[in-house]
Amino acid sequence: MPITYTSGEQVEVYRFGIPVTIGVPLLALFLQAFVPLRYPRFAVYIDLPLLVTIFFAMARRNPISGLLTGAVIGLAQDMLGHNPIGIYGIAKTVVGYGASSLGVKLDVENAGARLLVTLGFYFVHAAVYFTVARGMVNMTQTWSWSSGLLAGLANAFLGVILYFVLDKFKQRT
Amino acid sequence: MESVLGRYRNLIILVGVLFLQVLGLAMQVKKSGVDIEKTRLIRIWAVDAVTPFERMLVWVQTSSGNLWHNYFYLRGVRAENRQLKEQIEQMRLQQVRLADDAAQARRLQTLLAFKEQFISRTVAAQVIGSSGSDLSRIIYIDKGENSGIRRDMAVMTADGIVGKVLLVYPSVAQVLLINDQSSGVGALLEKTRLQGVLRGTSNGEVVLERVMSDEQVSVSEPVLTSGGDQIFPKGLPVGTVTKVANGRDLFLNIKIKPAADLSKLEEVLVLVEKQERETPTEDAVRMRASDILAQRLPSVPDKPATDAAGAASSHTGAGAPVAQPKTAVKQPAVTGAKPQGLAGAAKPVATVKPAVTGTNAAGVPKPTKTSAGASETPITLLPDAQKSSDTTGTEATRSQPDASQANPPSAQPKPVTPAPDNPQPPADENKPQ
Repeated sequence: MPITYTSGEQVEVYRFGIPVTIGVPLLALFLQAFVPLRYPRFAVYIDLPLLVTIFFAMARRNPISGLLTGAVIGLAQDMLGHNPIGIYGIAKTVVGYGASSLGVKLDVENAGARLLVTLGFYFVHAAVYFTVARGMVNMTQTWSWSSGLLAGLANAFLGVILYFVLDKFKQRT
Repeated sequence: MESVLGRYRNLIILVGVLFLQVLGLAMQVKKSGVDIEKTRLIRIWAVDAVTPFERMLVWVQTSSGNLWHNYFYLRGVRAENRQLKEQIEQMRLQQVRLADDAAQARRLQTLLAFKEQFISRTVAAQVIGSSGSDLSRIIYIDKGENSGIRRDMAVMTADGIVGKVLLVYPSVAQVLLINDQSSGVGALLEKTRLQGVLRGTSNGEVVLERVMSDEQVSVSEPVLTSGGDQIFPKGLPVGTVTKVANGRDLFLNIKIKPAADLSKLEEVLVLVEKQERETPTEDAVRMRASDILAQRLPSVPDKPATDAAGAASSHTGAGAPVAQPKTAVKQPAVTGAKPQGLAGAAKPVATVKPAVTGTNAAGVPKPTKTSAGASETPITLLPDAQKSSDTTGTEATRSQPDASQANPPSAQPKPVTPAPDNPQPPADENKPQ
């Protein structure tokens, strides 16, 4: 398996320009809101803001930066919906923190590692979201393992492709 | 202490950020539910950041599509086809309303003061975005406050209802779809007239709740809006029943397939104005009947004053003065339009002239309602000469009830009701007995 344990000194830490830092999450939010108009199942299976959160968190390898990125993207996603603001925010904050913490300890540069990490964090995100939505907001949520697994895999495969594209914007520190 | 803070700095910040978000979430969620209006200012940031791109992309898409379709590909036919489709959509809406009107009239004809709503004005809008989440089924449309759109307005297509306006921004509005789990629409089954509440589920289905399990509901039965939610006018198509099963608490679990395709919305109509009208009551019908009768009655042609005097002398030409009955003739004093029969009559001796604001469509003056709600009846006392000439069958017929009260029976003119097509009854018949 290509996941390898590395020390903090061995892994590369990247940074991104301001246009990329702002533009990519904004583009992800835009596509997430726009594509379902043409392909309704897109919103069911794909969460582009989640993929962007995971990518930035893993690339920067800074937990604080990761959790703040997740919080901002999640809150923006909440604002586009009509549910209370904070549900996606909390879920993506946890994912951002977890992905960046994992990025510090693991080499997640290869496709296989990225696939597994994205799949894992998809379920973390779903678990936190459903816990908050049911526990705090009293929303009626149903969980289907089959569709959940399908969505997780879809996000993971799309994530691998997306990370490959976004790698072009990385800048070494 | 510093080493502990430094060691757990990341974790402390994580807990802090999570705590702030949980706090914010708790402030939004109250016992009475979530009031989305309170977070409007915050949401507008995200909406303003995203919707310009969406609007631009939709515009580019539409423009490029239009360029091809309108100019290069079947230029005239496309435009005509679009126009015809719009016309069909409008006519289908009208047809639905008329069909429901007819059914409603049959059922409710005995009820008085029944009010119904009908669609007065709609604004067409283009769908430019969504929430991007299957847990928040909303769409964004490219019309907002500037186009007269307000909160809680109904949104529909020609096929059926879509949802209601949830939040309104200057140029964008957020629409909550009927398949969202926080949505609720008053609905009824078309054939059985059973009423229920239409709700969305977490997986995007639409169900009709609150229908008792002992009721008979058949699959493929159409579902219409009931108007009970004060948002959707009654009778708009909602969808059809696809599955009926026993649910919890003695209620049926009825699944509905929405009439409008909620997953492929491109253009919608926002109901910006609806009006209430009363179903014609018996009183109203009677009033109209009397108006029609008055309209059909023959009228006295205009006569100059000299002719009128001559006619008076001819009536009294036998030498023996005939006691003319003082007939009180109903004559509405009209502003702007005179009844034909009295247009050329001599000035009345005394006129009790209530204010009349106008005439109806047929030219018949409307009686003015008093504060008590009763109709004021204008009364005109005519001079003797005029009475002798104008106390025709027409006038006698019109004023018969009052005349019988005002005059002794012996002095009453013979009531004559000429045929509607005979405007001038024979002079002999007009002579008082």
